[in-house]
Amino acid sequence: MSIQVKNIHKQFGAFTALDDITLDFPTGELVALLGPSGCGKTTLLRIIAGLEQADSGQVLLDGDDASSTHVRERQVGFVFQHYALFKHMTVFDNVAFGMRMKPRGQRPSEAKIKDKVHELLNLVQLDWLADRFPSQLSGGQRQRIALARALAVEPRVLLLDEPFGALDAKVRKELRRWLRKLHDELHITSIFVTHDQEEALEVADRVVLMDHGKVEQIGTPEEVYRHPATPFVYGFLGSVNFFHGRVEGEAVRVGDDTLPHEPHDFDHGAEVVAFARPHELDIDTDPASTAGIAARINRVLAFGVTARVELDGINGSSGQHFEVELTRERVSELGLKDGQAVRLVPSRLKVFEREGASA
Amino acid sequence: MTATRTFRVLPGFNLTLGYTLGYLSLLILIPLSAVFLKTFGMGWARFVEVVTAPQVVATYKLSFGASLLAAAINAVFGLMLAWALVRYSFPGKKIVDALVDLPFALPTAVAGIALTALYAKNGWLGQYLEEIGIKVAFTPLGVLVALVFIGLPFVVRTVQPILEDLDTELEEAAASLGAQRWQTFRHVIFPILLPALLTGFALAFARAVGEYGSVIFIAGNLPFVSEITPLMIITKLEQYDYQGATAIASVMLVFSFILLLIINGLQAWTAKRTGRDR
Repeated sequence: MSIQVKNIHKQFGAFTALDDITLDFPTGELVALLGPSGCGKTTLLRIIAGLEQADSGQVLLDGDDASSTHVRERQVGFVFQHYALFKHMTVFDNVAFGMRMKPRGQRPSEAKIKDKVHELLNLVQLDWLADRFPSQLSGGQRQRIALARALAVEPRVLLLDEPFGALDAKVRKELRRWLRKLHDELHITSIFVTHDQEEALEVADRVVLMDHGKVEQIGTPEEVYRHPATPFVYGFLGSVNFFHGRVEGEAVRVGDDTLPHEPHDFDHGAEVVAFARPHELDIDTDPASTAGIAARINRVLAFGVTARVELDGINGSSGQHFEVELTRERVSELGLKDGQAVRLVPSRLKVFEREGASA
Repeated sequence: MTATRTFRVLPGFNLTLGYTLGYLSLLILIPLSAVFLKTFGMGWARFVEVVTAPQVVATYKLSFGASLLAAAINAVFGLMLAWALVRYSFPGKKIVDALVDLPFALPTAVAGIALTALYAKNGWLGQYLEEIGIKVAFTPLGVLVALVFIGLPFVVRTVQPILEDLDTELEEAAASLGAQRWQTFRHVIFPILLPALLTGFALAFARAVGEYGSVIFIAGNLPFVSEITPLMIITKLEQYDYQGATAIASVMLVFSFILLLIINGLQAWTAKRTGRDR
């Protein structure tokens, strides 16, 4: 089932949580709402679920306006960050809850409920825990039970609010993969909220990036990572180095230094921010060269597959910190030492016009 | 094989245990056993005679019956009051919250006099109730009113913190699973509140059984009608019948003990049923 939201606006006092949001979630996709905390992503999810009311705008489920429908009639499965399992019920009773609450006429028989619960528990691979109470489970198990409980009412859409936010890194990674697999089996339209860019890029079919109650970019993980539409998106997806400067001909001038920049359509003298990811920067140790940004090596961290070099800006960008990712061979080839003055040369540069605010 | 000494993480276990037992003995166990020791001095036949006298048996019925009923009423309305105080904000909420504790603080005699003035035949409320045929003062109903009054804070104050801690996400989860309001209350909220509610009930009941000051004024103390057991004990004491007084007191003690034991058992049962096994 498809979900559409049209011109959703939500205000909490003087704070605008959602500002005229219009989005389309096609049938069967797993979409991530990604953004920093306070960007309105959870509020949007709760409005879609019907747990919160928008000040204006519409929520369309399968083309029908659901804006005035109560959450219990929307047939959405909602999974909470802190599981919200009923502590006084066993795992079995938790999963059976939705079916048992149905009006007498539509309620399945206890035998059918039993079959369905075990089917769902098998789906989340936790059938052996049916008689336990939630307090006896680990966080990851609880969240899987919460998901089984949400699926028990055969929801038309599945909404997950930071489903892995309360779990430790290892379990989170495991559940991510598991959720993706589950979605590939069920093909239920799903939206999940997260502030973890890695999680969004890894799991989702499409990513909606939000900031300050506005949508910044929509696209496949590949698209948003490769071609960020705004400085915010660039900065949010992965680590980044940025340089404030001014366009001068074919280059960007940062203080006394210049960064070469391919043909562009900025006006001469335009105030810009240039972005480069750590692996898109190279280090030039030749004291005579003049291209690139002058910086001093602070630390060389060479414990991973790639080495990370942390640098402090000098000259035009003093006070700023940069991060460069190089292969370990390259590091030993260059013979980098702490305190050494070098130049940073970008192999790829993404330039945005500065709109008063810096990213 | 070498024996390893086990260490407790928290120090002072022996001290704590000794202090607890010593303190409890001094304050509760010794006075209570004095009641039984004094009673033993009178002989079995005389004991049975005193505690089964028709007038005394009538007071048991009134005391325990009215106390249970009062605690039940408080459980229902105390829960509603706690709910309103936690879930809604309304003008004067802080004042209402403070008023709840008043029955704790008020000298019981003051409460008794106030209630009597209100419900007496010519009182503010009593005169209208009299017209529609309801007598409160000097009847068992009056006893009930007084016991409800003094027991109110117990349920409110035990349920309130649990309600405050109750995650609204649980209700949202229930709603998203299709549960109606009352289903959510019946299957999600109430089971969570039940242990606290039972505690409040037990406290209100225990307080009501022992209550004397506020009851005697409004009860009128008519034999076989509105006499409570504590009054019988006082009456015996005033007649210097110390053994008779302690005999009735020991019966009360045993009764109260059994009832509280049952309520505790219920609590343990609900805790076990909900996986909060200790």
